[in-house]
Amino acid sequence: MMRRYIAKRIAQAVGVLWAAYTLSFFILVLLPGDPVTAMAGQGMDSAPVDPARLEALRAEYGFDQPAPLQYLEYLGRALTGDLGDSVATGRPVTQLITEALPQTLLLTASALTLALLFGGALAMAATYSERRWVRQFLLSLPPLGVSVPTFWIGLMLVQFFSFRNAWFPAFGNDGVKGLVLPAVTLAVPTGAQIALVLAKSLSTTLDEPYIATAKAKGAGRVHVHLRHALRNAALPALTVAGLLVGALMANAVVIETVFSRNGLGRVTQAAVAAQDIPVVQGVVVYGALVFVVVNLLVDLVYPLLDPRIVLAPTRPQAVAA
Amino acid sequence: MSGQLLETGTALGLPTTPDPAQSGSRGPDPARATRRTLAFFARRPGLVLSILIVLVVVVAAFAPGVFSSADPTRGVPEENFQAPSTAHWFGTDSLGRDLFARVVHGAQLSLRATLLAVSFAFVIGGILGLVAGFVGRWVDDVIMRFVDVVLSIPTLFLSLAVVTALGYGTTKVAIAVGVANIAGFARVMRAEVLRVRTALYVEAARGVGARWYTVLGRHVLPNSISPVLVLATLEFGTSILAVSSLSFLGYGAPPPAPEWGTLISDGRNYLANAWWLTALPGLAIAATVLATNRIARALESEVRQW
Amino acid sequence: MVSEPLLQISDLAVSYRTRSAPVVAVDGVDLVVHSGETVALVGESGSGKSTTAHAVVRLLAGNAQIERGTIRFASQALEGASERELRNVRGAQIGLVPQDPAVSLNPVKRVGEQVAEVLRLHSLSTRKQAALRAVEVLDRAGLPDAATRARQYPHELSGGMRQRVLIAMAIAADPKLIIADEPTSALDVTVQKVILDHLQHLVAESGAAVLLVTHDLAVAADRADRIVVMSEGKVVETGPTAALMSDPQHEYTRRLLASAPSLQSPRPVRTLPREDSAAVEHPLLDVQDLVKEFPLPRTAAGPSSVRAVDGVNFVIHRAETLALVGESGSGKSTTGRLVLRLADPTAGRIQFDGTDITRSGHAATRQLRRRAQLIYQNPYASLDPRFTVAETIEEPLRVFRIGDKASRRTNARELLDKVALPSAMLERRPAELSGGQRQRVAIARALALSPDLVVCDEPVSALDVSVQAQVLDLLVQLQADTGVAYLFISHDLAVVRQLAHRVAVMRNGRIVETGTTEQIFNEPQHEYTRELLAAIPGQAVAEGVQS
Repeated sequence: MMRRYIAKRIAQAVGVLWAAYTLSFFILVLLPGDPVTAMAGQGMDSAPVDPARLEALRAEYGFDQPAPLQYLEYLGRALTGDLGDSVATGRPVTQLITEALPQTLLLTASALTLALLFGGALAMAATYSERRWVRQFLLSLPPLGVSVPTFWIGLMLVQFFSFRNAWFPAFGNDGVKGLVLPAVTLAVPTGAQIALVLAKSLSTTLDEPYIATAKAKGAGRVHVHLRHALRNAALPALTVAGLLVGALMANAVVIETVFSRNGLGRVTQAAVAAQDIPVVQGVVVYGALVFVVVNLLVDLVYPLLDPRIVLAPTRPQAVAA
Repeated sequence: MSGQLLETGTALGLPTTPDPAQSGSRGPDPARATRRTLAFFARRPGLVLSILIVLVVVVAAFAPGVFSSADPTRGVPEENFQAPSTAHWFGTDSLGRDLFARVVHGAQLSLRATLLAVSFAFVIGGILGLVAGFVGRWVDDVIMRFVDVVLSIPTLFLSLAVVTALGYGTTKVAIAVGVANIAGFARVMRAEVLRVRTALYVEAARGVGARWYTVLGRHVLPNSISPVLVLATLEFGTSILAVSSLSFLGYGAPPPAPEWGTLISDGRNYLANAWWLTALPGLAIAATVLATNRIARALESEVRQW
Repeated sequence: MVSEPLLQISDLAVSYRTRSAPVVAVDGVDLVVHSGETVALVGESGSGKSTTAHAVVRLLAGNAQIERGTIRFASQALEGASERELRNVRGAQIGLVPQDPAVSLNPVKRVGEQVAEVLRLHSLSTRKQAALRAVEVLDRAGLPDAATRARQYPHELSGGMRQRVLIAMAIAADPKLIIADEPTSALDVTVQKVILDHLQHLVAESGAAVLLVTHDLAVAADRADRIVVMSEGKVVETGPTAALMSDPQHEYTRRLLASAPSLQSPRPVRTLPREDSAAVEHPLLDVQDLVKEFPLPRTAAGPSSVRAVDGVNFVIHRAETLALVGESGSGKSTTGRLVLRLADPTAGRIQFDGTDITRSGHAATRQLRRRAQLIYQNPYASLDPRFTVAETIEEPLRVFRIGDKASRRTNARELLDKVALPSAMLERRPAELSGGQRQRVAIARALALSPDLVVCDEPVSALDVSVQAQVLDLLVQLQADTGVAYLFISHDLAVVRQLAHRVAVMRNGRIVETGTTEQIFNEPQHEYTRELLAAIPGQAVAEGVQS
C-alpha cells in the first residue's frame, strides 16, 4: 500500500512539472509581444533592429516554426535536462540556475526553520495561555506579520541593524552574519502564516471531543496540549508549511535583491529585464520543482503522523458496521 | 392522560417545546436594528478603524486632491531631504517633492492595479470554478488539473513570466498578478459549489421539480458566492503586496510615477540618511493591507454564521 | 438513606456566556447518587442534562461557568476544587463514557495506548504493565480479540467497538462512579442493546455507581434504579423507576412518557378501505427486483462495487403507509432515493401508477416530481438557508408555473395552516425556526403539489421526542385528509408501529420480511426481525404496564 502511494505521488509530481513547463512555454512564447524582437534588442526600450538579424534569430531559436512543433522540440530537449541557453549570456540555463540555487535554498531553508520555530512557539503559547490579554496580544501578531511588505521589513532591519547599529552587514553573501537579516526578514511572513494556521488548528483541536476524553482520564493541561492536541493540530500546519515554500522562494527572489545577495533573485531580475525567455522559463520550472519536491516530502511524512492516511489514500474509510 | 397528545387538534395547535423564534422577536424594528449595528461596531474598534483606513485610501485613489494639494511630481530642490514636519507630513525626497502628496497620488496607481488584478482573477477564476463544480465529470477533472499546476508554481514566478512576455507598466503588472491568482479563486469557488450542490436543500429543490438553471441561479450561486467574496477581500490585501513587490523590483510604471512599491525602491538609496522615504510609504502599504485583512476576517465570521 | 451519598449535587446553576447575554443552562439542580446505584438523568435537548453531568467533573465548555451550588463527591467538594485535585478525581474515581464514539477517541493514537494512558496518568502501573493491563481491560469491556485490537487505530474499529474502548477507559481505574453521557445514542439499536447490557453487567460486577444521561425515557426505564427528569435546566421530577413510570407526578414527565413511542401501546392505525385499494387494478408504486451498486475506490484486492440495494420488491397502495425498517447501511435510504429517481438503479423495475419510470427521461421525471415528494431526516440541511418559509413552500408551485404570485402566496398560507404553523412565519428564514418547525415547513413544501406519494426518510429521528410525536400525528392526520401514501423509512421500530400499515424489514440491501404491522410485531418470522424487536428499549416497563 505504502509503495503504491509513493509511486502515485511521484507520478503526480512529474505530471505537475511537465504541466508547469508547458504553461510557462505558452505564456512566454504565445502571449502578444515578440520574443525575438525583445531578444535582439536585449531589453525593453531599445531602437528597432535589423530585420535580417531578426530572421536569423528566429531560425536559431526555432520561432519560425509553428508553435506546436516548437513546443515539442523544446519539450524533447527539456526531457534530457537541457532547458536551452541564456539569450543574454549564452550560457546553459541549467548551469546558470544550479549555480545560483544553493544560495537561495540556504536562505529559504534557514528562513523556514526560523519560521517553524517561532511561528510554532507563538501558536502554542497563545493557545496555552489562560490569560485573555496575553492570548489576544499573541494572536494579534500574525495578522500584522502577513500584512507588511517583506522587502520593507528587510529595509527596516537594515536601517536599524546595519546603519544605526553596525551589528550585521547590510549587503552580500558573507557567511552566517550576512544570512541573519535576510533570513529573519523572510521568516516574518512565513512564520506569521504558520502561527495563524497552527493557532487556529490548535484551538479547534482543543475543542474536539477526544480532548475532553483525555481530560476526563485525568490528564493535565500540558499533557493534553502536547500529547493529544499538538500532533493532531500539526497536520494542517504541516500542509500549509509545504504550500508556503512556493511563496517563500518567491519572496527570497525579492529579498536577495534588497540585500544584494547572489542567488536565484539576481538571475531572475536580470533575465526579466533582458526578456531572456529561456532563463525565465527555467526559473519557473525550477520554482515548481522545489515546490513539488517539498510537498512530495510532506505527503510522504504525513502517513507517519496520521495513521488514517495510508489505509485510505483516496477517501476516508467508510465506517464499518 | 397519555391520550391527550394523540388528539390531533390539540397537538397540532400547541407547540409544546419552547420556541426560540417566537420569544426572541426579530421583527422589522428599524430602531432596534440600528442599535444592534451600533453595538456590533462598538465591540470592534479595530474593524471601525480598518473601514476608515480603507475609505481614506479609496478616496485618495479616486480624488487625491482631497488630501493633498501639492503636486506629486514637482519638486522644490532647495527643500530636499526634509524630515517629516507640519509643512511636509511625510517629509520630502531627494528632489524636494512632497512625499505625502506622492503617497496619496500613488494610491491611485497602486489601488487601481490591485482592483484590476483582483477583478480579473475573481471573474475568470470564479467562472472556471463554477463550471468545474457544477458540471463535474471530465470538465471538472480537466479544470482542476490545470488549477493544481498553476498552484504549484510560485505566484511571483508566474507573474514574472507574464511580465516578461507582456512588458513593463502598471496595467501589465496588474494582469500578471491577476493571472497568478486565478487558480485560488477557481479552487474556492469549486469547493463552495460542490458543498452547496451536494447540500440536501439543493437535492430537495431538484426533488420538487426545479430545472438545473433554476437550481444554479436560485440555490447554488447565492449560497456559494459569499466565501468567494471573502476571498476577494483577502486577495485584495495580498494583491497590494504583490503589485508593490513587482513595482519595487522596477516592473511598474516608469518614473516619476509614484507607485507605492517604486517609492520604497527610490527611498532605499537614501536609507542611511532619510529613513522616512522608505518607512512611511511602507507603513501606508501595511496599514491598507492590515485594514483589508481585518475586514475580510469580519466578513468571514459573518459568512460562517449563516 | 443510611450511608452518605456518593455524589450529592445541591442547587447547581451553570450558565453559558454568549454574545448577547448569559444563558442559564442549569438552574438549581439537586441530585443524589448512592454507591452502587444507577441513576438516569432524562431530558430533551437543551434541558441541561449533559451540562449537569459534565459539571460534576468540571469538564464544561470554555464559556460555561458554575454560578452557584455545591458538588460533593465522596466527601470532597468538587465545585471549587483545584485543577490538580480534579485531575486526581477524573479517570481514577469518576469515569466518563462520552456521547459519540466516532469523535471521542484520539485519531492518531493506538487504542491500547489510549486505555493505558489512564493507568499511567494515575500511576497505577508502569509503562510495560500498563500495556498488558490495557488489553485486559479492553477484554473486560467486551472488545473481541483485544490483544490485536489494542494495536489498532480508532478508525479501524466499528462504532460499537469504539464505544467499548471508551467504556474500557472509563472502567480502567475501577472508579466509584461512571458518568455515561448518551453512551449509545449514536449506535444502531441492536448494538445499543448489547453495549448497554454489557455496561450494566460490568457495573454489577464492580459495584460502581452510574449516572446515565439519556434523552430516551425507555432506555432509562430499562437500566436505572432511579430516574431524574430535567426540563429547561430544572429537575422536574425524581423517583424510583417503577413508581415514576407508572405514576408520573409532573405534567412534563407525563408528556414525555406519552411521547416516547416505545412506551406506548400501539395506537389504533386507521384501517384502510383495503378492499377498495385491492380492487384497483394496479398499486400506486410497484418495485420489482431493484438493485443499486456503488463503485468502490480501486484497491488491490476486494470487490469493485458494493450492492447497497440487492433485489428489493414491494408495493405501496394509495393512502397506505409502508414502513421500510433497517439499521444504518441496510440500503433503506438508497431505496427511497431510487423510487424518486434521485439516483439511477443498476437493475430492476419501478412502476408508478402503472407507468414504468425505471429509466424515465427528464420530462417524465419532472412529471413524477409533481406526484411524488421527499421529506428528509435533517430539517436543518434540507431547507435553503437564504429562502424565507414562503419562498420554500412556493418553490414547487413556482417551478411548475402553478398560479400567479398572489395565488401562490395564498396557497402557501393554507399549507402553513395545514401543518399548524401561524402565517406570521411566512417571512421567517430557517435559522429562526426550531427543528420541529422546520420539519413542518419541509412537510408543507412536500405537500404543495398535492402528491400521491411522499417518501419520508427518517423524518423524526433528528427531533426531540415530544416534537417527534407531534410531527408523526401531523403525518397521520394529513394522510387521513388527503389520501397521500407514505414510504416511511426508519431505523426505529417503535416509531413505525405508530403509523405504518405494513412493514418491510431490510438488512444488507435485502428485504428479509414483509407483513402487516401487527404480524411483524406479534408474529415475527425472521430471526433478524426478532432481534430488532428485542432491542427496542423500555419493554420491561411496557409489559409491566400492560399486565
